[in-house]
Amino acid sequence: MLDGLSFGLAPGQALILRGPNGSGKTTLLRTLAGLQPPLSGEIIAGEDQIAYAAHSDGLKAMLTVAENLTFWADVFGQRDIETAIAAFSLEPLRDRLAGTLSAGQKRRLGLARMLVTGRPIWMLDEPTVSLDVDAVALFAGAIRAHLGAGGAALIATHIDLGLDAEVFDVAPFRAAHDARVGASDEAFL
Amino acid sequence: MKALLRRDLLLAMRAGGGFGLGLAFFLIVTVLVPFGVGPQSELLSRIAPGILWIGALLACLLSLDRLLALDWEDGTLDLLATSPLPLEAALSIKALAHWITTGLPLVLAAPVFGVLLSLPDAGYVWLVISLALGTPALSVIGTFGAALTVGVKRGGLLMSLLVLPLYVPTLIFGAEVARRGAEGMQTTTPLLMLAGITAGVIAIMPFASAAALRVNLR
Amino acid sequence: MSMTDETSIPKRPSGFWSYANPVKFLGFSERVLPALWWLSGICLGVGLIWGFFFTPDDFRQGSTVKIIYLHVPSALMAINAWFMMLVASLIWIVRRHHVSALAAKAAAPVGVVMTLIALFTGAVWGQPMWGTWWAWDPRLTSFLILFLFYLGYMALWAAIDDPDTAADLTSVLCLVGSVFAVLSRYAVNFWNQGLHQGASLSLDKEENVADVFYFPLLVCIAGFVLIFLALVLYRTGTEIRLRRTRALQAREARV
Repeated sequence: MLDGLSFGLAPGQALILRGPNGSGKTTLLRTLAGLQPPLSGEIIAGEDQIAYAAHSDGLKAMLTVAENLTFWADVFGQRDIETAIAAFSLEPLRDRLAGTLSAGQKRRLGLARMLVTGRPIWMLDEPTVSLDVDAVALFAGAIRAHLGAGGAALIATHIDLGLDAEVFDVAPFRAAHDARVGASDEAFL
Repeated sequence: MKALLRRDLLLAMRAGGGFGLGLAFFLIVTVLVPFGVGPQSELLSRIAPGILWIGALLACLLSLDRLLALDWEDGTLDLLATSPLPLEAALSIKALAHWITTGLPLVLAAPVFGVLLSLPDAGYVWLVISLALGTPALSVIGTFGAALTVGVKRGGLLMSLLVLPLYVPTLIFGAEVARRGAEGMQTTTPLLMLAGITAGVIAIMPFASAAALRVNLR
Repeated sequence: MSMTDETSIPKRPSGFWSYANPVKFLGFSERVLPALWWLSGICLGVGLIWGFFFTPDDFRQGSTVKIIYLHVPSALMAINAWFMMLVASLIWIVRRHHVSALAAKAAAPVGVVMTLIALFTGAVWGQPMWGTWWAWDPRLTSFLILFLFYLGYMALWAAIDDPDTAADLTSVLCLVGSVFAVLSRYAVNFWNQGLHQGASLSLDKEENVADVFYFPLLVCIAGFVLIFLALVLYRTGTEIRLRRTRALQAREARV
């Protein structure tokens, strides 16, 4: 969907992806996370450095907040979930089943998941959906702390997080042809 | 890997229907058969090994569409695919969890259902052995079917169509062990074949399943 | 950087693989198809008429033996169609040639029909010989299982919208299915020893059918092979045109 774009991300740096709906932000993030192969071009970053957060958080309704986090921490070989719980002020919700949380609370839990992965590069797809003003502030704080610790973040979002981050507009790089239908069918022309 | 197994088992216990549903279905099949073929115990005892195997197979099939579909819907599979855990390992673990929640209860409950179908005395041991050896293969093959159809909306029926033909060799050898055991015959050959199929399937199928799932995650 | 250096021009494959280009493939199939239709028609006509009217009745089986001219070739093609799909799937997985995936897709319905013909003629043959339309004989059972594999394969193609995803998944299914089809064959053999006669054609001359039946049978087999090729080429062409139409519509929608 996108063509001819290139960017780099240094430790401690955040990059905000902008672009109208359907411009390929999600596709770009999924490609970078290694979920789909790029049609062309290369990605210079190990897949094992990237933590990816999509629209859906991969939370289990029948597990508690702490259990959900512990599971993902275990999968990524980490121990500590307390930092994540504190960063998104989830203490009062700790033992609630994730299914009983509100949309905003679930989202906070989904973002807290990024902290337990222990990976340096965060890729966030519309992270602030259904977050209220306070939660957005919490989130921006977590990002700042992550950048401060030498991490990096690539965020597709429309709202201003108050971060000192570069903005990268993907709209100009929209490919001349729509690759979703195109790429494989082009071979037949 | 342990974390994934623990989580799947925990979910199966909490979400309800994980352990019980397959077993209840197995019971219903066992109860319906005498209604269909008549209550004569000679006839029942002759077809009991086959009926019990088919019941176990269908009970296994019933729970397959939950195996990956739930994790697909809430995005867990996306996140697992980007985690350090290889997809092959994750799918093996999920198959193991499926076996523990579906296959193992069937193995343990089968003798009770054998009584309902007046299974000959000699058959109980072999029924349990054949199910214990064969049901892991059913779970692993089923995982492949689930990985193929996870992206298809309401893919349950399609999955049955894909998975059932793949179950043929396991069913033939498994039921043969149980039947020969019940009739007091030699069981060595089909038993070895059944064990061979299970071992081969456990070694190879996770790669096919992971390949199919990667295509679906694209 | 200049855009004219040689590496930027894609190398044109030559020889066999150049037919992986859909346009070249279409041109090729359009050239050979008329000849294939004619040849298969002639072979089938000659073989079937020769077999049905100009061979003696078998001393044991009477005139029912003549169904062999439909039964054996269709059974052969039913298996070979699956084998062709397996090869085409492998080529798609390894070399990503779209034509290969589409050829596999195009061969499946032809294979199904061949399997059905084999099963049906088998039943018609079996009725007077064994006194039953259907028996759970290993060969018959294997063909029934093969039929189920074909159905599953076609259903998977039909269920998935994105053509490349469908091609990938059906290829994996075809590979796995082939292994299980072979396994099932052995399992079924073990399960029931059966009453089907031995192979009609084999290198072991003792088992073969007599020469009078043999030559028209060979002609019939040639006819079935040719008509299978013609049908697969024709259907692959249709699939390619469908994708071309999609590509053109996609291009038009962008402008």
